[in-house]
Amino acid sequence: MTDVWIVVLAVGTTTVAIKSLGPVLLGGRSLPSAVSGVVELLAPAVLAALVVTQALASGQSISLDARLVGMGAAGIALWRRAPILVVIVVAAAATALTRLLG
Amino acid sequence: MEGRPARRYRDGARAVAPLAVAVLGFGISFGLLARSAGMSWLAPIVMSATTFAGSAQFAAVSILGAGGTVSAAVIAAVLLNLRYGPIGVSVAPWLDGPAWWRFLRAQLVVDESWAVAAEGEGRFDPRILVGAGLLLYLAWVAGTAIGALGGQALGDPKTLGLDAAFPALFLALLLPQLRNRRSILAAVLGGAIALALMPVAPAGVPIIAASAGCLIGVGRK
Repeated sequence: MTDVWIVVLAVGTTTVAIKSLGPVLLGGRSLPSAVSGVVELLAPAVLAALVVTQALASGQSISLDARLVGMGAAGIALWRRAPILVVIVVAAAATALTRLLG
Repeated sequence: MEGRPARRYRDGARAVAPLAVAVLGFGISFGLLARSAGMSWLAPIVMSATTFAGSAQFAAVSILGAGGTVSAAVIAAVLLNLRYGPIGVSVAPWLDGPAWWRFLRAQLVVDESWAVAAEGEGRFDPRILVGAGLLLYLAWVAGTAIGALGGQALGDPKTLGLDAAFPALFLALLLPQLRNRRSILAAVLGGAIALALMPVAPAGVPIIAASAGCLIGVGRK
């Protein structure tokens, strides 16, 4: 087996295993309240981290680029209570335009 | 609250439809990248169909393409996917039914489907999760196939600003989660931890470390 297929197999198996762990072992049961008090805050913590990394990461470094203009535009759209579709399109369009002009 | 099941699945698909376009675009670039890294047309398609985790796939394939070892590629992918451990725990109470059914639906958990299914205060709608996850999965596999089989029509998705669509979605979904001081504090901590670690830790580590931001909820409810 070539390296490529070993990677395909290994990455596939580990991903399936990591994703299954919680739902298969704990599925359908409510978490103990000590745990659920923590898990409740997972969404805001991880969403904030996703915003920061996806808006700023360039490989393993921080890059301030056209995406920031897109995020500014998205911020304005959110402030004006635009629907999510509009927020996403505005962010992409502002970023594309900035790259075009840059 | 419940609604008809078919409608809830469709609502999930509708919620991520604009993102599915971006995912299709990145699927095409993943297919192209894999070919330029020396993979056959089949390998990236099989990989996208069996590993539904875009960032991990990009990392693994670019490491191989740059001449990296098998273990470096696999370790990078695992680091990027570790966040699905805590994310899986957060949705677990809402996925009921037999183990095989929970196992299958767990595969449809990606950042975007998880984020749109979050209803706040730790609640998740499993039908929204599945509807959104299925559409994103189809877009990801179809995009990969187009890219791997030589479709270059779309060009670089970054030209269209599609890379900014993802943080914009996450920002839009984060704001309604900020319901009280604890959730705001968790978000600020999560963002700050990710920012601090980005320049020094391999990709994926900042997000898994940021999930520790939720530990301020210990002992309080």
